[in-house]
Amino acid sequence: MILVLAYCAVLLSFASGLLALLMNQRATLLELSQYWFKKFPNSNGHYLRLIDSNLKENRFSHLLRLTVFAVLGLSGIFAVLAGVSVLISKEIVTDQISLGLPWLPWHVRFDCLSGFFFLIIGIAVSAVSLYGPGYVHAYAEKQHPFAVLGLFTGLFISGMLLVLLADDAFFFMIAWELMSVASYFLVAFQHEHAANRRAAFLYLLMAEVGALAIILGFGVLASFTDGFTFDALREAKLSSTWASIAFVLALLGFGMKAGIVPVHVWLPEAHPVAPSHISALMSGVMLKVALYGLIRFCYDLIGEVQWHWGVVLLVVGTVSALGGILYAMMQTNLKRLLAYSSVENIGIIFMVLGLSMIFMDNGHPHLAALGLLAALFHGFNHALFKNLLFLGAGLIHHQTHELNIDMMGGLIRRMPQTSKLFLIGCMSISSLPLFNGFVSEWLAFQTALQVDVLDNGVLRSLIPVAAAALALTAALAAACFVKVFGLIFLGQSRSRNCDKAHEVKDKGMLAGPALLAGLCFFSGIFPGVIIYLLNSVAGQLLGQTLPNDSALGWLWLAPVSAEQASYSPPLVLIAALIAAGISFWYLRRNPATVMRRAEPWDCGFGGLTPRMQYTSSAFTMPLRRIFAKVWIIDEQIDKDMQGAMNQDVAAIHYQLQVHDHSWPRLYEPVAQAVNNIAKQVGRIQTGNIRVYLGYSFVTLIIMLWVIS
Amino acid sequence: MNIIQQDFYTQAILSLAALVGLTSFLMLGQGRLLRLIFVFAAQGLLLTLTTAVAAYSLNNHHLYISAVLTLTLKVIFIPWMLRREVIQMNTHRDIEALHNQTAVMLGGATLMVFSYYVLHPIVQTTSAVMLNALAVSLSVVLLGMLLMISHRQAVAHVVGFMSIENGLFFAAIVATNGMPMVVELGVAFDVLVAAVLFGIFFFHIRTSIDSLDVDLLNRLHEVDK
Amino acid sequence: MNWLMAAFQTLLFAALAPLLAGWLKWCKCRLQNRKAPSLLQPYRDLFKLTNKQPVVAEQASWLFLIAPYIIFSATVLAATVVPLIAVDLPTSASADVIVMVGFFAFARFFLALAGLDIGTAFGGMGSSREMTISSLAEPAMLMAVFTLTMAASTTNLSIAISHVLNEGLVLRPSFVFALFALILVAIAETGRVPVDNPATHLELTMIHEAMILEYSGRHLALIEWASQLKLMLYGVLIANIFFPWGIAETFGAQALGFGLLAIMGKLALLAIFLAISETLVAKMRLFRVQEYLSFAYLLGLLGMLSHIILEASR
Repeated sequence: MILVLAYCAVLLSFASGLLALLMNQRATLLELSQYWFKKFPNSNGHYLRLIDSNLKENRFSHLLRLTVFAVLGLSGIFAVLAGVSVLISKEIVTDQISLGLPWLPWHVRFDCLSGFFFLIIGIAVSAVSLYGPGYVHAYAEKQHPFAVLGLFTGLFISGMLLVLLADDAFFFMIAWELMSVASYFLVAFQHEHAANRRAAFLYLLMAEVGALAIILGFGVLASFTDGFTFDALREAKLSSTWASIAFVLALLGFGMKAGIVPVHVWLPEAHPVAPSHISALMSGVMLKVALYGLIRFCYDLIGEVQWHWGVVLLVVGTVSALGGILYAMMQTNLKRLLAYSSVENIGIIFMVLGLSMIFMDNGHPHLAALGLLAALFHGFNHALFKNLLFLGAGLIHHQTHELNIDMMGGLIRRMPQTSKLFLIGCMSISSLPLFNGFVSEWLAFQTALQVDVLDNGVLRSLIPVAAAALALTAALAAACFVKVFGLIFLGQSRSRNCDKAHEVKDKGMLAGPALLAGLCFFSGIFPGVIIYLLNSVAGQLLGQTLPNDSALGWLWLAPVSAEQASYSPPLVLIAALIAAGISFWYLRRNPATVMRRAEPWDCGFGGLTPRMQYTSSAFTMPLRRIFAKVWIIDEQIDKDMQGAMNQDVAAIHYQLQVHDHSWPRLYEPVAQAVNNIAKQVGRIQTGNIRVYLGYSFVTLIIMLWVIS
Repeated sequence: MNIIQQDFYTQAILSLAALVGLTSFLMLGQGRLLRLIFVFAAQGLLLTLTTAVAAYSLNNHHLYISAVLTLTLKVIFIPWMLRREVIQMNTHRDIEALHNQTAVMLGGATLMVFSYYVLHPIVQTTSAVMLNALAVSLSVVLLGMLLMISHRQAVAHVVGFMSIENGLFFAAIVATNGMPMVVELGVAFDVLVAAVLFGIFFFHIRTSIDSLDVDLLNRLHEVDK
Repeated sequence: MNWLMAAFQTLLFAALAPLLAGWLKWCKCRLQNRKAPSLLQPYRDLFKLTNKQPVVAEQASWLFLIAPYIIFSATVLAATVVPLIAVDLPTSASADVIVMVGFFAFARFFLALAGLDIGTAFGGMGSSREMTISSLAEPAMLMAVFTLTMAASTTNLSIAISHVLNEGLVLRPSFVFALFALILVAIAETGRVPVDNPATHLELTMIHEAMILEYSGRHLALIEWASQLKLMLYGVLIANIFFPWGIAETFGAQALGFGLLAIMGKLALLAIFLAISETLVAKMRLFRVQEYLSFAYLLGLLGMLSHIILEASR
């Protein structure tokens, strides 16, 4: 039954892709319907008129878009249902589908871990399907055919769902590649710019290198056992060295997809160029699928995690989190900024996962469960708010045709609904209390604070340092998103496009983000619900759940024990409402003090202009100076001089470019090396036909020798 | 080990150990020479206190003499001499531009952890207090070396050298409950001689290169580059 | 009963905060050979502001108008968490010390947004600087607080403070570091000399004042009150974590009265120290603040490490 729901989700997303193909087949459909009615002339005329009217040029495309996204939404709902039902029933369902090669059926397994990620994907897909019809409407059909977009969106989503269902390495890799390749086409959707094609190629390249690493990882496991089903891989008895090798390969492969530093460079390139709802899915969900892969590989397939891996994850995660947020801070392209912020959040997740592994290997499974829970919860939260922010960015782009936050401003008055939704996203991602981001960060801190139980001195001193870095990351994230919200929505508008912007007409485009914003708030106030669901994941994976917190009631969160730490968001919310209510009521009681509007203080210069406002680079200047070594900063100030002695400054041109260290340090040497090797290999290409014939001849001889 | 279970002497020694470690850190990040010397004097004072506490609670009278020696030498005489030197050289207004200050500080924190890590297997047999005190004194020694590496002024080098000696002294007091009197007197005399020698050394550098910046000693390099 | 006590304590917090500000100002004036205003002057100022007609910039959005209420409420919520005169607060259980830091972040988030709302250069400047300083100060603060919470193995402030109280006099090296770190952070976060000067409107040095330049009337009153509360909160944190003696452990009238006297005495003493240091120390350049705060961070980290290495090793 549960599996049927899951299959339905996959099939529906597949179907939505196929349905989108009908976009170019209007004429065929018209013919088909005419043929049908000719054949059965006595059928109801009412339907005839209905179908005819729906097949009209302008109406048809609109209707088809709606249908495609409706089917997609249905798939999302089924995914949510499947996920929730498996999480509640705590079952493990297995199945075999005899597709693919005849002696290699696809093994399917649906357990709590997959179920949880189904839930994430389902929510994201539902929100996107509400948002999509209005958004894709803006694309010109000639240049950016909807059929392509819809087809690959469907394939992409079904690929992700299949990855979660896979129970053997072959099926896993097929689904993984389906996901990667379909998303490549989505990134390359607006292919008319060379930069977009380059970004898409970079993405494909890194996805394939990552996939190679994953295959090798599976290979290492498989060489210690027979067969490629996950059941067989679980049985593999690895020496600790080989297990570590497999872990490193998996970390590289899944990390490339997840975007950890230094293999993150595709994210800030690929996310800005994809359509917004796709970047929402990629950033919010696809990175989580990579996370799923890593958890499945380490905890389930290898089984015995080692604390060294935890340290590696902790260090890599810390670097990613700090690096991600610092790079995000410097971006002026909104979607690029959000992509870097994804790097940060993935870093946090990896960090907490590392803590979980350390505790697991040191014999504290309940703390390992806490860490795993915090990591998964943060993954869930990140899916919600990053989706929300990307959809919001899409809304802004849709209305203002701008992505540069230095050109925006004042949108809070022109797009009031969007601004509220975006504010909720910003507050969640800055991990402010009452929102979901805070809860997972709180859990992460609680995990780190349990370091006292460990014996190893290095770990005991390393983990607090990581906790400090986590605190720094959170504070920097708040600064970053103050910048984002402040520059986009507050102040005065800095460009004409923003001056003319207005709230989006399409209700669906607001409903999608609103759904996510509501969930952000809900899971921030009632985190117990999510933790209840997550407990079954931890129970299945680690055999250990969090201690029962029922002593304090469901309103409370007490992950270790009530003595040690507790947090009750509903009570905090009530207290906040009381405090705000009292102050509001007290101050508004006097009718004589009605507000008066006046011009703001302009220092006597006469009129504030938008150019007087702080820009993005001005806002981040102090931090840029403090952490100067993190970036490659290229700052140029040119002054135009004039006047008698050429001493008066007529105009100043300021240019700032911030680059990533990983390009010159890592990628360019690699590219150089590849080129050099290619040149060496190129030597055997002499261009002389007789030499080529010689090659064939030698090969033939060798082959014959091998056969004999 | 838990600190609550320890007696007051141990707690005091541990707190002093932490403070001695802190002064080493402060020296590491200090760009101004006079302040550097002041912190060095503070470290000497902490050492005096440690010695006095040890003398009091171990009822070991000759440690009092040692404390008085420390006080006169490391808190009063050497800082005074260095201070005079700096003011004479007119370098007390210079701020030494520390390169990579954050990196040096982080390196210092890592050294602290590292010295703990190194000593952990060695001192397994003795009490945990010993381990902690030894770890702190080892890290003071290492931080003194780092100080000498990261600073360019010759005065800073002297301070670094003296703080290495402080670290060893601290270890000696805590680990052996006070050395034999002869050794202590010998060490004190050595420090005194070192201080005087450094004074002469400064005089020579100054006359040969007109500065106390040790990087300028590179000029004395015999081979032309 | 416990909940009533918590509510009472919060009210006491809000009521005493202006007094502390007045006392601090009084001390500073005396130290600088000036005639001091009355201790009650902050109350009069707040009252005056609440009854004045607020003037709001034309382009101010709804965010600008609700921000003072949010800032004030978040600060009050932070105050509910901190034991003032008695431990064993139920509110400390519903929001622990990490949540308290979160409340500060919440207030700061909206303060910085409000600074950006009008679109003046001052507001942006203030917001940018505030976010920079706080993003360096918050980790240092968490490090200092974590030292306490690890020593007491709880993040619940009530339990932690009674743990310190019941342990008796223990010399903890980690607490020495944490105390210094917390003092440095408190000075930075409450906008005192040498990080920010609350008494100046000199454009190059303003941080907090720059953000609230456009506020007036009741909005200004709320923000001022919130910053006074924040000052007191940090004072109480320092006083009650590191010197908890005197705080009431039972809810008897005598114990509570004694607790009130004790905390007022401790705060008065802290304020004198602050006034002396503000009189002696000059304000730093903005880009020296990072060194100051990274020193605080280092102290917090050393406190944590020395807790783990020196005090609880095995």
